[in-house]
Amino acid sequence: MLDNNQLLRFTTAGSVDDGKSTLIGRLLYDSKSIFEDQLKAIENTSKKRGHEGVDLALFTDGLKDEREQGITIDVAYRYFTTPKRKFIIADTPGHIQYTRNMVTGASTANVATILIDARHGVIEQTKRHAFIASLLNIPHVIVCVNKMDLVDYSEEVFNDIVSQFEHISSKMLIKDVRFIPMSALIGDNVVNRSENMTWYQGSPMLNMLETMHISSDVNKVDARFPVQTVLRPQNDSHRDYRGYAGRVASGVLRVGDEITVMPSGFTSVIKAINLNDQELKEAFAPQSVSIQLEDDIDIGRGDMIVRSNNKPEATQDIEVMLCWLNNTGAKPRTKYTIKHTSNDQKAMIKDVVYKIDIESLNRVEGDDSLNMNDIAKVKLRTTKPLMVDSYRENRFTGSIILVDDATNETVAAGMIV
Amino acid sequence: MSSNKYYLNYLDELESEAIYVLREVWAQFQNPVILFSGGKDSIVITHLAKKAFYPSKIPFPLMHVDTGHNFPETIQFRDDIIKELGVNLIVGSVQESIDDGRVAEEKGKNATRNALQITTLLDAIEANKVDCAIGGGRRDEEKARAKERFFSHRDDFGQWDPKNQRPELWNIFNGKYFEGEHFRAFPISNWTEMDVWNYIKRENIAIPSLYFAHEREVVWRQDAWIPNSEFLVLEDHEEVVTKKIRFRTLGDITITGGIESEADTLAKIADEVAGMRQTERGNRSDDKRSESAMEDRKRQGYF
Repeated sequence: MLDNNQLLRFTTAGSVDDGKSTLIGRLLYDSKSIFEDQLKAIENTSKKRGHEGVDLALFTDGLKDEREQGITIDVAYRYFTTPKRKFIIADTPGHIQYTRNMVTGASTANVATILIDARHGVIEQTKRHAFIASLLNIPHVIVCVNKMDLVDYSEEVFNDIVSQFEHISSKMLIKDVRFIPMSALIGDNVVNRSENMTWYQGSPMLNMLETMHISSDVNKVDARFPVQTVLRPQNDSHRDYRGYAGRVASGVLRVGDEITVMPSGFTSVIKAINLNDQELKEAFAPQSVSIQLEDDIDIGRGDMIVRSNNKPEATQDIEVMLCWLNNTGAKPRTKYTIKHTSNDQKAMIKDVVYKIDIESLNRVEGDDSLNMNDIAKVKLRTTKPLMVDSYRENRFTGSIILVDDATNETVAAGMIV
Repeated sequence: MSSNKYYLNYLDELESEAIYVLREVWAQFQNPVILFSGGKDSIVITHLAKKAFYPSKIPFPLMHVDTGHNFPETIQFRDDIIKELGVNLIVGSVQESIDDGRVAEEKGKNATRNALQITTLLDAIEANKVDCAIGGGRRDEEKARAKERFFSHRDDFGQWDPKNQRPELWNIFNGKYFEGEHFRAFPISNWTEMDVWNYIKRENIAIPSLYFAHEREVVWRQDAWIPNSEFLVLEDHEEVVTKKIRFRTLGDITITGGIESEADTLAKIADEVAGMRQTERGNRSDDKRSESAMEDRKRQGYF
């Protein structure tokens, strides 16, 4: 593997019926990422269950309960590497009652793959998956029109589905959509080019994943450095050292940059940037580094170092698209812990502006309840200001979670509008 | 790196993610430890912790759950690294748990102390008031591990409930807990075996000699070369032979199988692993007991 190979994270949403597990199995199998002992185990299970040949879908089998029920309950992460890239698949269930898992898997993805059964075309579920990709601002979407073998590899069927999808996605914010006609079962256009669909001029899926441009997926403009912790070694060689440790959330920070510390507003200049014993001239997202400043100012966890000429908004009132993740619904007038970058505060849900009907994607007003899998636009009021950007601009300074102090569970995830 | 190429390669990105997780652990917990087995994954974690807090020392102790069935090389390596880093070592002893009557030795042909470690580990966590144990578990190892979070909650019995895990979005980790509960943190969740070896090679990290090909007395058992040791009870048909082998994983000496190999440098090991057609846990008899062996142990509080 080459030293400049990148890491690409993609999410698959779909149900067993769409051939999602078969697609993942096919990707792993044809890219030779399956080990012999895994293959042997799958062969045995296939035989035990009376399947003909090797059932590729079994590669994604999970926990005991999932195997028994034949479904994916949770997000499972899978890994494979080709000579061009390393891949992480967030494999999520596709049904409506698992919206929260899809949202979770989508939160870190560069690419969303959406599966469509060529026989059925665009259905409610497709709309929902496209909506989640748009809501979570996933930079690239690959629409896999699967089971082409069952529609005689018809170009017309494929083109029809493409225009159906373009129609529904025209109202959403999806930047980069690509379409592939495929048969995961037979292996057409997954890793190997299909000989049954010579009319398709594009790349097979793996080649697309290997070559698509992802360097611009990270915000490289707005320098944001949330401080995680302060390094103050008490040893002789670093007596006066004070390093602010963190991971660059976005943008680039350089030695000599004039910076402002939020929320205090103190200003200083970057003296040094370190990674271990290395001195760096600059640091960019998503590097973990430590930063030293020219001046001794009071900085701690929860503060954010930004360039003085480009600051986030400091506010106690934020509007978010909220996805409710917990069995227990939102409680009125309750203070939740809000976690935003390295900052913990308290927040209250002031108002539910509207909810999204996840079937029709219509807005529903006048319903204040928030239950598991609900997606709603809400107004939050925090006890102290947060330094926020909009989620569209910045995935990491534009996202929050809510924690219920009564259970310590993560109950909601929000994207700042 | 030239100025128009602001992106990280995959190893730098994995490293950066792991350092971020380690710093979150330090910031969110009162009394974390690194679970240190002397195996390559815990060595990589320790190396990453060194980088995360440089020029400070690693701000937490290493904890070793000692089955008593060790490779002597592992213990030597452990003691050397403790001295080099200047950090404390906490040892939880399975032998003591047996002597105290907390657990009983397994009986039968394939008896091991593998499952006994759970009690010792949980006792050590409680006795030392540990609120977060950092482990080298990776999601690519096993299907139960594929569901793990970076911050993984354990109830007051130390148990994992895979169906009721906290959702983990973006890079926001929720490490809040009630008295008596604790967390496990897995900074290298997203690494594969190959990534670990490529990283060890790139960073030139010292690892125990057991990982390099060497001559050793071994017995063929459950499709792997099990090292001959004072703890091994030979079956009638089994024969001790000398082979040039190396280990892909290190655990209890009674269950860790070696593979025949000529790889005696990091570069050769990385090449060999790249061409492997078997998973690394394929040589671990602890995982061969049933389809859900790992899931069952993890639920009870295993690493």
